[in-house]
Amino acid sequence: MIEVKNITKTYGSGDTAFQALKGTSFNIEDGEFVAIMGPSGSGKSTMMHILGCLDTPTSGKYLLDNKDVSERSDDELADIRREKIGFVFQSFNLLPRTTVLRNVMLPLVYAGIPEDEREKRAKEALISSGLTETHFLHKSNELSGGQIQRVAIARALVNDPSLILADEPTGNLDTRTGEIVLGTFQKLNREKGRTVVLITHEPDVAEHAERIIHLRDGVIVSDSKRHARRHARHDEAFVTNNAV
Amino acid sequence: MKIEDTLQETYTALSANMARSGLTVLGIVIGIASVITLVAVGEGASSGIQSSIQSLGSNLLLVSPGAAATAGGFGVSAGRGSAVTLTEDNATAIQSQVSNITALSVEVSSRQQIVAKGTNTNTTVDGVNAAYEQIRNVQIDQGSFISDEQGQSLSKVAVIGPTVATDLFGTDTTQPDGLPAGIVGQTIRIKNMDFTVIGITVAKGSGGAGNQDNTVYIPAQTAQTFLTGNAGVTTIDIQADSANDMTQVQNDVTNLLLQLHNISDPTKADFSVLNQSDLLSTASSITNTLTLLLGAIAGISLVVGGIGIMNMMLTTVTERTREIGLRKAIGAKRADITRQFLAEAIALTVIGGVIGIVLGVGIALGVSALGFITTTISWQAIALAFGVSAVIGIVFGYYPARRAASLNPIEALRYE
Repeated sequence: MIEVKNITKTYGSGDTAFQALKGTSFNIEDGEFVAIMGPSGSGKSTMMHILGCLDTPTSGKYLLDNKDVSERSDDELADIRREKIGFVFQSFNLLPRTTVLRNVMLPLVYAGIPEDEREKRAKEALISSGLTETHFLHKSNELSGGQIQRVAIARALVNDPSLILADEPTGNLDTRTGEIVLGTFQKLNREKGRTVVLITHEPDVAEHAERIIHLRDGVIVSDSKRHARRHARHDEAFVTNNAV
Repeated sequence: MKIEDTLQETYTALSANMARSGLTVLGIVIGIASVITLVAVGEGASSGIQSSIQSLGSNLLLVSPGAAATAGGFGVSAGRGSAVTLTEDNATAIQSQVSNITALSVEVSSRQQIVAKGTNTNTTVDGVNAAYEQIRNVQIDQGSFISDEQGQSLSKVAVIGPTVATDLFGTDTTQPDGLPAGIVGQTIRIKNMDFTVIGITVAKGSGGAGNQDNTVYIPAQTAQTFLTGNAGVTTIDIQADSANDMTQVQNDVTNLLLQLHNISDPTKADFSVLNQSDLLSTASSITNTLTLLLGAIAGISLVVGGIGIMNMMLTTVTERTREIGLRKAIGAKRADITRQFLAEAIALTVIGGVIGIVLGVGIALGVSALGFITTTISWQAIALAFGVSAVIGIVFGYYPARRAASLNPIEALRYE
């Protein structure tokens, strides 16, 4: 459960100060699939950094699982990220020349989990993200874009986080593979009850979520539950056979 | 993060760019190997010179004519008008009046053309007393050394060094000493006079003060009478009873000679007394300086190797900015990142260090085996070189590692 209370974020100081977030508040319940939408400059990236504990707000409170994480040191934030947050990035950010399995195991390495336990959990996460055993020992640069992003989703899942934070996850993918990735998020949300926050500027992408928070110029302009959300299939074979 | 995971990451990172890791390691290898090899050469030369000074004999004092080195440019004042400042009488006086002398021998040296059986050579002919054998630790291979009786009777007998023997009589590899049989008893001609060879010395090797293998020894009186034509001596060799007596003997000899030569100002002495231990300490200070110089030159290449590591690590940190950002995003702490990059730098220096030690020791042993120069491998040099490279790894690796660790994950992830 996420509570954001009147958060502001100011970059710089004096005349050149720029306020990216101007007092934003919302709650996200466990198991929700939320899209944070807005054009560039709306403050959505700043919001993502704060939600992801990559940055701290200038003022206001951010409660993650009822714990205040708004004023923490770098290393404390690293601990929170490791335990509670799974990231999926636009540019995938897998380690090159490294196997799929080792990429997914990486967060567990920093958590100090023993090797065999790591491998077991990484395999489970990969299977939940729709990959099969045959991909496990491929090098990450040998896979297609959709497969790479699903490896990244598996990596985000592997430490069993409270929140999966996806920053423009389809930005580097074509529409069809983007659909597959969004389908994977929907499946994880629906079947495993994962909380997913999707940051995007594309309405088409945001429509896959069950709730859309619109940001503009650092303030929320709308926050609406959708009754008719778009459904994407996460099954790659289906999409391939029924070209969109 | 566990140690084995850090090592695994290090292995992956270094093997990902083999060529670059290899070249960086090469810098350290060259640095360490050259420190070890050059110090081994320096120490080898040093111990070679020391042992050749020791082989001159033990507790040795050498009295030479002419001013002491400290006497200034034109210091031979009392000796003016006399070509010979040291004489047989001086030697006799020293022997009878100075205590704690084990043995004394004069040397009457001159350079002569030696002829035998149609071959000839030009070498030092040294007129000596029987005591010279003991003082200078001369070992006889064949025949015997010169006796005092032969000196008194002005016998034309000679003891030749192995180099002279080879030059005059050739070699015979079937003999244990490599010399043809029957040299003893042969006649050699010095200044158109026939001398009978009565002995051959054992090879001592060259180096230090003169080559004793390339010398012809004849009785001192014979040399004065037939070769130099006067009573002067080139050197008086004195062996003191023990190392503790050296200073006393040196002082007594100096005072006695000053008195005999009527010189009141010791700085104007027309002779010099050289103490073997002075010679040793001078030589060892020279060779130590040489070793230090060689080590310093090699040390520079070690530092350059270290800078190579820093350069590679800085490049790596820049190249892997996004990777660092990702690692931080998924929960790596500063310490994890620092440790990872530091481990890479240290791994490079340790690999370079081990290869460098093997290579350096190998080259040093090889140089010795090929007979160019005898090297002495110094364990201190190995320990020092390895220690320095480890320190270099840590120091030059620490800065890039800290830079990596302090990257802001947001900016690192955006880095193109």
